[in-house]
Amino acid sequence: MIVKNNRIRLYIFLFFLVFLIPSAHAEEELSVKEIVFEHIGDAYNWHIATVGEKEICIHLPVIVRGKNSGWHIFSSSRLSHGAEYNGFRIAVEGDYKGKIVERNSTGEEVRPSIDISFTKNVLGLWINCIVLLLVILPVARWYKRHTFEPPKGFRGAVEMLITNVQDELIKPCIGEDYRRYSPYLLTVFFFIFVNNVMGLIPFFPGGANITGNITITLFLALCTFLVVNFSGTKEYWKEVFWPDVPAWLKVPAPIMPLLEIFGVITKPFALMIRLFANIMAGHSVIISLVCVIFITVSMGVGINIGMSALSVVFTIFMNFVELLVAYIQAYVFTLLSAVFIGLAKVKHVKN
Amino acid sequence: MSLLTPDIGLLFWMTLSFGIVFFILAKYGFPVISRAVEKRNQYINDSLQAAREAEARLAKLNAEGDAILEQARSERNALLHEAQEMKQRIISDAKETAEATVRLQKERAAVEIEETKKKALGEIKDQIAGISVAIAGKVLANELKESEQQNRLIDRLLDEELTLNN
Repeated sequence: MIVKNNRIRLYIFLFFLVFLIPSAHAEEELSVKEIVFEHIGDAYNWHIATVGEKEICIHLPVIVRGKNSGWHIFSSSRLSHGAEYNGFRIAVEGDYKGKIVERNSTGEEVRPSIDISFTKNVLGLWINCIVLLLVILPVARWYKRHTFEPPKGFRGAVEMLITNVQDELIKPCIGEDYRRYSPYLLTVFFFIFVNNVMGLIPFFPGGANITGNITITLFLALCTFLVVNFSGTKEYWKEVFWPDVPAWLKVPAPIMPLLEIFGVITKPFALMIRLFANIMAGHSVIISLVCVIFITVSMGVGINIGMSALSVVFTIFMNFVELLVAYIQAYVFTLLSAVFIGLAKVKHVKN
Repeated sequence: MSLLTPDIGLLFWMTLSFGIVFFILAKYGFPVISRAVEKRNQYINDSLQAAREAEARLAKLNAEGDAILEQARSERNALLHEAQEMKQRIISDAKETAEATVRLQKERAAVEIEETKKKALGEIKDQIAGISVAIAGKVLANELKESEQQNRLIDRLLDEELTLNN
């Protein structure tokens, strides 16, 4: 077949050119699992890049209260490469792998009694919070001044998101009392959305796996749990403890009330797990796909090139998917929170 | 697995950060925007309503104007029609009056003529009687002279009288 198109000819040339590159051998075995866990986990410093031998790394403050030694605040750089400082070090293995430990009197490694270190996730969280405030507050200020003007560009997009969440989701789910809950639900929506999107950015200000961290989702689910149960009406609590079912299901053994209480807890639990699992999985998949490039180095140049191309294509695809997931998860969390609040505000309905 | 165990330190920071962010956004962020959007929507709705009302009013005014125009036109037509009729009537009245006057004049003239004629005839009769008496006198004066001559004389005199009186 005669290749007429110049561009195709160029590609083929480039493809064969890569066989001329001397194959580089991986110097050490890559552990994908470790890389993935390192990426999606928390850390006491934020490793940005390694240029040659030099590591570019943000050392964050460690704030711990030892079992006996009181409060300590020091830079995490003192703990880098397994160093010990004031009796604290980062565990290399065991249950507390990657966390700061100290030795107790029997020589065992234990966690300090309080560890509120300013970790990578905290820094990421703060950056994302600032981004969130920078997104919303200037827009709000503009609205204060230009109430009757139509917004353009970015403000229009923010307004679209806000009105979409408020009109399509908060109003129909909660009903007439939606004004009390819309600030919380909108904050949750934008908080999750901004954190999700920032997590997709592969380099420094972004890339931290915030919403894919169980602590964060636990907190958000806990907030929703509290909001739901504090806005529960008499009718809601009656349905929990004395549901409208045959009496034998409640009197000798409170089967239904137990189930209902279980439901009260599983609702926010599902919220927590859903967001955590989705974002964590997204990060894991993308980082694994990127790792494919480095794993296949040892398999020869041809395979490496082919797999790299495939990896790039899949990573691009996954990034688009994750962008969608970032929005959907924020939306779903807000939607379900609103639905639960709406269910808790149930009024007496005559059957 | 550490992935599934919540970290107290992070929870602390999360509570702090989310609390601050929520406080700021719930006070200065979302309600401001929602209220502004609501106000704007209200304003747009009001404006639309006002525009619709103005349009309706305008349409009503237009309709009223049209009605007035239509009425004026029909009034004008009626007036024109009336004027036409009046004209016709005036003309016909004038004609009638004229005709009546003419007829009256004719009749009067006829009566006058008749009267004059009667009067003339009466005068003629009187004159004839007078003439006849005169002629009779003359004839009576000449009668005794020549009867034939007298007859001719009577005729001649009569003719003369007649031509004179007529």
